[in-house]
Amino acid sequence: MIELNEVSYGYAGRTLLSDLTLGIAPGSFHFLTGPSGAGKTTLLKLCCLELVPQSGRITAFGKPAEQLGRDGIAQLRRRVGVVHQDCRFLDHLSLVENLALPLRASGQDPHSYREDIDALLAWVGLSTRADALPPELSGGERQRAALARALILSPDVVLADEPTGNVDWEMSLRLLSLLLELNRMGKAVLIATHDLNLIRQAKAHVAARNIRLRGGRLEMAGAEL
Amino acid sequence: MSRAARLLALLKGDAAAEKVVPPSGFTAQLTVFTAATMAFLAVFALALSLATDRLATRWGEALGQSVTIRIAASEGDTDAQAARVLEILGETPGVASARALDDAEERALLAPWFGEDLPLDSLPVPQLIEVIETGRGFDPEGLAMRLRAEAPDAVIDDHRRWRRPLIRAAHRLHLLGIGALGLILLSMAAMISLAAHAALAANGQVLEVLRQVGARDAFIARAFVRRFTLRAGAGAIVGTLAGVASMALLPDMEAAGGFLTGLGFAGAGWLAPLLIPPLAGFIAFWATRHAALRALKEIP
Ligand SMILES: Nc1ncnc2c1ncn2[C@@H]1O[C@H](COP(=O)(O)OP(=O)(O)O)[C@@H](O)[C@H]1O
Ligand SMILES: [Mg+2]
Repeated sequence: MIELNEVSYGYAGRTLLSDLTLGIAPGSFHFLTGPSGAGKTTLLKLCCLELVPQSGRITAFGKPAEQLGRDGIAQLRRRVGVVHQDCRFLDHLSLVENLALPLRASGQDPHSYREDIDALLAWVGLSTRADALPPELSGGERQRAALARALILSPDVVLADEPTGNVDWEMSLRLLSLLLELNRMGKAVLIATHDLNLIRQAKAHVAARNIRLRGGRLEMAGAEL
Repeated sequence: MSRAARLLALLKGDAAAEKVVPPSGFTAQLTVFTAATMAFLAVFALALSLATDRLATRWGEALGQSVTIRIAASEGDTDAQAARVLEILGETPGVASARALDDAEERALLAPWFGEDLPLDSLPVPQLIEVIETGRGFDPEGLAMRLRAEAPDAVIDDHRRWRRPLIRAAHRLHLLGIGALGLILLSMAAMISLAAHAALAANGQVLEVLRQVGARDAFIARAFVRRFTLRAGAGAIVGTLAGVASMALLPDMEAAGGFLTGLGFAGAGWLAPLLIPPLAGFIAFWATRHAALRALKEIP
């Protein structure tokens, strides 16, 4: 659904990723690992077209990214749920209203989705925080809220950037089981993480591909697990 | 949907879209204040341009009438000089036609001052000659010189000599009024643009988050546009009302006569300021939309 073809990217003239080729197929499950600073976040931002590759091609749902235009990119983002590492919200709106935001933005009436929002909040363990403002949430709560927001439009692809970075092991497992369940429903999942325990845990349930970023290149890395 | 229908829909609904932008106290107040003061000034510029236009038209109509030549010579000589004047006028380029007024016409002209039963024959009433110009007009200096030589008692009664510069001034004032109105509306657009820019800059994170969750530019722009359009419209209503009220409360200057009295709205002209608030809203709509779409270009 999302394909990167010999994509290169760098900041301030320094090449960070070079000639990456990666395909996210329907129903696939990927772990993206690599040391801090390897470019995992950058790669995810390329996938949701927040960054434009300096060379190479990105194809999203069969369409070349450069042909999408701004409205096309907005449309694409409704089909790709992203949990950003620095997950951000509208700080003046309650958590519930933040979850409703993707619905509003895509022209749907959030009131008819109230049950879905509540169910998602319960899933990520934030039922009691529904009316809290984002600045009142802890780091882990923000990550769970961001995951719930990424799922509200029932996207075809879920990209999560260190979604378990700030949560305890128990919550990590819960989030993982949520992502596994989504995967079973046929959605593609890609998780950037350096939590090897989480990967091991997942491998017991799903045929996940493990890809590793090193020196600006992607390599398959199943061996060390 | 037509543009007007879209504008209406925009003003009426989608308060939901507006909610995604945090309330912005300072820029909102700035917009209301700017729209109000600019609308207040616009009322005066509008009054000036309408009044001077009326003045120019009125004076221009008076000008369109003929020029008269008056001959007041000693008896007997008048007829001879009148004949000579008509001859000269016949040769003067720029004169379409010329004719001497007959007694009945002269009596009619003088009646308001001297009554109906004026014994014209026994009074030294000057002979009047009515001259109609061609479009290009004649050269009054040249004609006056010729008349002085050949019909010394003939005098050209040319109101235009002093009226023309006044009409020119009225036209100039009319243009100035329109120019001032244009400048006022432009500054309103500029200031609302600035306010919108400030609001957009202060809400950079809001724009980013909205783009991240799949909002189209139009959706995001609408939130800002609705807010600024309504604020500018409301401010302009207040400013316009204040402007019109102060025009209506201008002291009556009938006694001073002429020019100053004309400097207000007249008749249907009082309806013209009604256009200012919608115009302000329209300007705010485009200024904010432009600013929003430009700010969004920076956001992936
Ligand atoms: N906006 C940016 N401008 C300049 N350098 C950046 C920017 N974002 C990331 N980098 C640099 O790119 C490198 C990779 O960053 P990132 O993709 O966040 O890596 P990871 O997510 O794997 O830790 C880092 O060295 C980081 O400093
Ligand atoms: Mg990162």
